[in-house]
Amino acid sequence: MNERDGFEKRLRQARSEQGLDKPPTSGGAVPQSPWGYGLRAGVEVVSALVVGIVIGFLLDRWLGTWPWLFLVFFVLGSAAGILNVYRLFNPRPRSRMK
Amino acid sequence: MAVEGKTIDALSQFELTPILGAVGKAVSFSQSNLFMLVAVALSAGLMLASARRGALVPGRLQALGESAYEFIAGMVRDQVGDEGKKYFPFVFSVFMFVLFGNLLGMLPYAFTFTSHIAVTLALAVVVFITVTVVALMRHGMHFFSYFFPEGAPVWLAPIIIPVEVISYFSRVVSLSVRLFANMVAGHVMLKVFATFVVLLGGLGAVGPFVAAMPLAVNVALVGFEFLVAFLQAYVFAILTSIYLHDAVHLH
Repeated sequence: MNERDGFEKRLRQARSEQGLDKPPTSGGAVPQSPWGYGLRAGVEVVSALVVGIVIGFLLDRWLGTWPWLFLVFFVLGSAAGILNVYRLFNPRPRSRMK
Repeated sequence: MAVEGKTIDALSQFELTPILGAVGKAVSFSQSNLFMLVAVALSAGLMLASARRGALVPGRLQALGESAYEFIAGMVRDQVGDEGKKYFPFVFSVFMFVLFGNLLGMLPYAFTFTSHIAVTLALAVVVFITVTVVALMRHGMHFFSYFFPEGAPVWLAPIIIPVEVISYFSRVVSLSVRLFANMVAGHVMLKVFATFVVLLGGLGAVGPFVAAMPLAVNVALVGFEFLVAFLQAYVFAILTSIYLHDAVHLH
């Protein structure tokens, strides 16, 4: 009896590892320490800001509208940075598993 | 090398110099490229050697290769789900390349190619393009609904869509800058404290005793750098899998 329980357990584990059974839960974010969160949040904000600034700068150079689009995309980049930090703590819902 | 006329020169360790004589100069083959090749050869050699025997009870090498494989396979399965299996080779290659790049940089006289933004940016762009192509192939035009969450009021679209697009593109920057900054900061700190050891050591009778302090810091830093080398390779791989998850299951 005991041996059989062990077999069932191992079989289930092997099946779920091979993707034959669906795992009960899935997902989860990067395990992080407070320091890790802090550093990641900083990088996320700065990188979104950089992308916004670069897009605004290039569009301005192309359209000759300096500095208006730059200012607009600066604001949008900051918003994207805040969105990134928000996503860090509240990842997109992982409910829709097909 | 580090001490030139009693100054701290922490950045010359990142300089590229052509190797292999005239041929290397002609094709700009630097030590960075050499260590990339070494990293590829080592990771491929490790996997080949550990897969060659396939013993039921693994030896040391086989256990190392298998644990690396299981680690990334489990991570991809947890993060992306069963559909993620076909992307495992990609994530695993990226992980091994970054890991060996970071670890090779810990050897004396070795060059850390992950400390160059050009290298990490190229890796991040490869990840970004792969993820976007996967999303486009799986969802077609529906992919663009990623940039506008369902249920949001339509009049907010002019604000939400640019913000989401910028947020999407910022992945490239954050992925590359994180790895690059961690490796540069660690190696600069190692070099600075190593220079302190030399500078303080030359202070006469008290020199050796004072120099023991930065030496102790350096010992701790080396251990910390090994942690960072593993952690950053792990973070790079897990973020790649999280992005793949977003691409496979939109929203």
